[in-house]
Order: sequence, then C-alpha cells, then structure tokens
Amino acid sequence: MAEVSHQAYDPLATGSKTQQARSRGIVYVLLTFFALLYLSPLLIIFMNTFRPLDEIVREGFISVPDSLSLKYWGEAWGSFCIGGTCEGVSRYFSNTLLMTIPATIFSTALGLVNGYALSKWRFKCDAWVFGLITLGVFLPAQMTLLPWAFVLGQIGLSNTIMGLVLVHTVQGTSFTTLFCRNYFVAVPDDLIKAARIDGAGFWRIFRRIMLPLSPPIVIVCVIWQFTGIWNEFLFGTVFTSGENQPITAAIVAFSGSGTGERHYNVEAASVIFAALPPLFIYVLGGKYFVRGLTSGAVK
Amino acid sequence: MSSLLIRNLRKSYGAVEVLKNINLEAESGEFVALVGPSGCGKSTLLSIIAGLESVTSGEVLIEDRVVNDEAPKDRDIAMVFQSYALYPTMTVRQNMTFGMECRNIDKATQDKTVQRVAALLQIEPLLGRKPAQLSGGQRQRVAMGRALVRDPKLFLFDEPLSNLDAKLRVEMRSEIKKLHQSVGRTTVYVTHDQIEAMTLATRIAVMHQGVLQQYDTPKAIYETPANMFVAGFMGSPNMNFLSAKIASTADGLGVVVNGGDGTVLPVPADRYQSLENGQDVVFGVRPEHFSPAHEQRAERKGRTTVSVPVTVDMDEPTGSETILMSRIAGQDAILVCEPDEAPTPGETMDFAIDMSKISLFDTKSELRL
Repeated sequence: MAEVSHQAYDPLATGSKTQQARSRGIVYVLLTFFALLYLSPLLIIFMNTFRPLDEIVREGFISVPDSLSLKYWGEAWGSFCIGGTCEGVSRYFSNTLLMTIPATIFSTALGLVNGYALSKWRFKCDAWVFGLITLGVFLPAQMTLLPWAFVLGQIGLSNTIMGLVLVHTVQGTSFTTLFCRNYFVAVPDDLIKAARIDGAGFWRIFRRIMLPLSPPIVIVCVIWQFTGIWNEFLFGTVFTSGENQPITAAIVAFSGSGTGERHYNVEAASVIFAALPPLFIYVLGGKYFVRGLTSGAVK
Repeated sequence: MSSLLIRNLRKSYGAVEVLKNINLEAESGEFVALVGPSGCGKSTLLSIIAGLESVTSGEVLIEDRVVNDEAPKDRDIAMVFQSYALYPTMTVRQNMTFGMECRNIDKATQDKTVQRVAALLQIEPLLGRKPAQLSGGQRQRVAMGRALVRDPKLFLFDEPLSNLDAKLRVEMRSEIKKLHQSVGRTTVYVTHDQIEAMTLATRIAVMHQGVLQQYDTPKAIYETPANMFVAGFMGSPNMNFLSAKIASTADGLGVVVNGGDGTVLPVPADRYQSLENGQDVVFGVRPEHFSPAHEQRAERKGRTTVSVPVTVDMDEPTGSETILMSRIAGQDAILVCEPDEAPTPGETMDFAIDMSKISLFDTKSELRL
C-alpha cells in the first residue's frame, strides 16, 4: 500500500510514428474528458459561491457568474444562521477539527502499536485477535449505531465532540491496525532479534526501530483517517445536535433553517469550506509516500 | 571452564522434533562450527543458544549458569546475522552504540569503545553513514562491529558470509579467524560451507536431521569420520564410496572392490580390528588419496599403497588440480590429481591408493567400522 513504484516502461513508446500519435491522441482525449467530468461539480459549486441569489434563480444553477463577490464566503464562514445560532460554519468547522485531529492521532497511534505487536511479538491466538480487530473493517457503520448510542449514553458522552472522538478512534483502529500490521510484516524479523540481543525491550524497539521505519504507513493512516472522519456524516448527525454538530451534519441542517428560502450561494461556499481540509491533507501528504526506507536492512 | 554447555537438548515444533538429544560443550575461547545441510537444525540450535527460541527439554548453560528461561539480553551474548540485520534508519555509529545505550553505558565509554572497535575493523570512515550506503562487505564489518562493542561471553554467528561474493568471502573468512585469535572469545559459528567450518573452527559439530553426527577437531572429522554422512559431507569433491568385501590374505585382512579383478587391498590391521572375512563393507577413499602409481608418492612417505586400474570418463581442470570423473571396477569414483599427471579421458591408468587414509563403513548402519 505504501509502495508506489514508478516504472520507466512506456507502452506507447514503440510502433510507427502515426500509430504512436494516434494512440497518444486517444489517451489524452479520454483523460481530458474524464478530468472535466469529475471536476465539473466542483467547478459549478465554486462559481455559485460568487453569484447573488437572484442571479442563480434567474439564470439557473449552472452558469458563469456575472460579477465576482466574496460576500457569500464571509457570510458562510461567520454570520449565516444555522439552527438558531448565527455564526456561520466556522463553529462547526472547529467542531470537526476538534473531532478529527484527536481521533486521527489516537487511531493511528493505536494502529501502530497493534500492528507492531501483532506482527513482531507473535503470541497464542494472535491471528484471532487480529481477525476480531479487523472485523470492524467489514461491519457496516449502521450496524454499530445502536451499540454506540447505548455506550455513549452510559458513559455520559452523548451529544459531545468527545463522544465522536471515541467512536471514530475505535472504528478507525480496525483500519489502521490492518494497514500497520501488513506494513510491519515486511520488516525483517532479524532486526527485532538483533535488537532483543542488544538488550532492547518492547517499547524501545518500537520507538527506536519500528517508528523510524513507519513514515510511509503513518502517512497512509493519517490520510485515510483524516479524510474519512472529516467527511463522516452518519455518526455526527445521529449522536450530536445543535451547536455540537460536525460540519457535515451542519451543512445538511442548512436546508431546513431560516426562512425556508435556500441560500444556494452561501451553501456552496460552506461546502467548499468543508471540503478544503481533506483536500489539503491529500495534496500535502501525497508527496510523502516515501519509498525504500527499509533498503539496506537486508541484502 | 566450559563456556557453553548443552545437555540433552530437544526441540519440537508440534509433533516435529527438529533437535534430537543434542550434547555439546565448548571450552572458553573455543571456536565451534555448527555445520550441516539446510534443515539440519543448526540455525535452530543457534537461536536456542541466543534465547530467541524456547527449549522443549534439556539444558543450555553459559559459563556454568542455566539460561533456559533467560531473555536474550540477560545472556550476555552477541550475534551476527546472515542478513546483517543492521538498523536501517540508524548510522553505523548508532548501530554500534544501540546495545550499549540499552545497557545504560555512559556516553564517554560508548565513544571510546566505538573508536576502538572501528579501528580494529577499519570502518572509521563509515561511522556517519547509513547501512543503505554501504557495500556488502562493509555491512558485514559493521555487523561484526556491533557484536564486538559489547564484549560478550559468547559470540554467535549465523552464516555471516553466505551473502558475500566468493572472493570477499575468503577475505572475510580469514578476517574472522584473525579477529577470533585477537579477541579470544568463545564463538559458535553456523555455516553450511564445510570449508568455512574446516578453516575456522577448533571443533566442528556436524549435524544432520536434528542429530549431532560427530563433534571433534577438523582433523579428526576429516580423517576419521564417524559415519558415511560425515564422510560425504566434509571434503570436496566428496569421498568415494565403493561397495566391497573383506577377504583374507597371508598378511591379514584386506578389501576387495566388488566387480573388479579381485585384487586384495590390505587394510592397516591396527586401525580395523573387528573385521570378519567375507563381510560386506563400504570402502571410502577421498579423491586426493589417489595418486598416479608410477610417481610412488605415498611410498616415499613410508605408507602402504595399492594400485588399481582407473578408467577416466571426463576431466574437470580447475587450474591448481584436475578432477577426474572415472570408474574403478565399474563403480563411479572421483579422483583428484595434478594437472600435468592427468590422463586424457577414455584412458585407463593405474592409481595408487594411500591405504593409511582409507575409511571402512558398515553397509547397514553406515557407521565407521
């Protein structure tokens, strides 16, 4: 998963000149077509953030803005009323940050320790433990709604950001454990044996040998968890309400708020706000898919 | 004082017994080679000594202390792995200090020790590099350096040279020998290469299918192998095994190679006392104990020889010697002779067998008679 190999092989580099030109042409036309197709929703939303409401009503949803105004961006961020509070999405944005960052950190950390223990310190029934942890990967989230509602109610974390952090940490640990365990399995056992003979224990080996080898899989876990938790809607809308909602749930609450009139331009700007952090993480993290960190460990 | 003692050691994985009643003792400062084909249990035995594998029954003692249940770090051992197992994210210096760091040795002592060992192994210029920036031979040196900084009771080597190319392997082999002579620590060295075992060890333990076949000095292993497995495994090219019968002559007992002209080859009576007339035996002769009969090389050293006709099918010149794929009385045999003296393929020539160096084995038990 962490290994991204770039092959120098170019299947279009052989054949006659006309054949090359034709196949290249087909490839680029198709690529451009699909790129535009996938980008069009983002583009339409983006253009609507600049258009006044009457213009949207007059000319329809898909149109080029007549004038550029950042007014609706400001409104969406700071002053628009959602469900009785008039603070725009900024409040919900920070709610989601407060939920996503701790949950990402906790689930990644737990996944690293789990993966390390399950791959390098084999114990009796470890395959069962691994199977049970990763069962969470295959269970639909809807199935866990009721148990979670019960648990959150019992420990008094209903309608809190903390409650959502707990839910996402536990749910996410299934994925991070799976990723990390499969990554660490490829680390040669001889390294662990050598470190044990050198006198290092469980945590020292983890800190000094495994963690320095882990950046590629940490990046994978962080991207996966951050985008997953940020975009998550179901738990957010079920377990929280009012001003404790994450941004995904809050944006849906838009449509039912205020005078009943839909503010498409403000909604569009809010959606862009909600989509920026995962996009940012992806663009930033994608670069750090590091390769070949283990090279030199084993001949 | 024995620095390593293994008593009645057994190891099973489920129903499979991989080590069967191993008994082994190494004196302080000794170099013990564990040798055998793949899957003979030699690496498992080393892992058990290191504490990386548990013992099913029996005892392992290091300097007269039972260490069966001690963690590897408490056994005061150092190990060099076949894969080197250098920590990839650490520099050479950090690789070497990691063990001392785990044992809370102060920084000044660490630095001094690294300097001393780096000088000994001539790796000072490499101290700041990462393992990925080193060649195979350099990695090998660093792996040894990591073991040497610890000054342990016992050095364990797990096929340390098998990842090197042939030329480097020979160089590192003599370096390891030199190192052992200067450091003088008890060493257990696992290898599948019988030449490494012969050149390095003070004693060799030959293993096969989980059983210790013979544990003796290289000379004794080579000259008086305990059974046909040891005889065949040690030495290259392999010892020839000819099926033969015991016959009596006027001067005592002798060997007659089956399928030949019936020539009786006299056996040195002082070495084989339990032979009976007419007994079936396996007659073992090493390739280098043949020599062209007319040279009379062995006779000049005062040894008894018998000449036998040898038909050469094919020759393999290696430069320093020529290997002859041939037949003696219709049975396959491999001979070694000097390049100038080698007959051409297809020719039949008389070769003298140095009878003081032969081995006789029982046909059933395959044990030395």
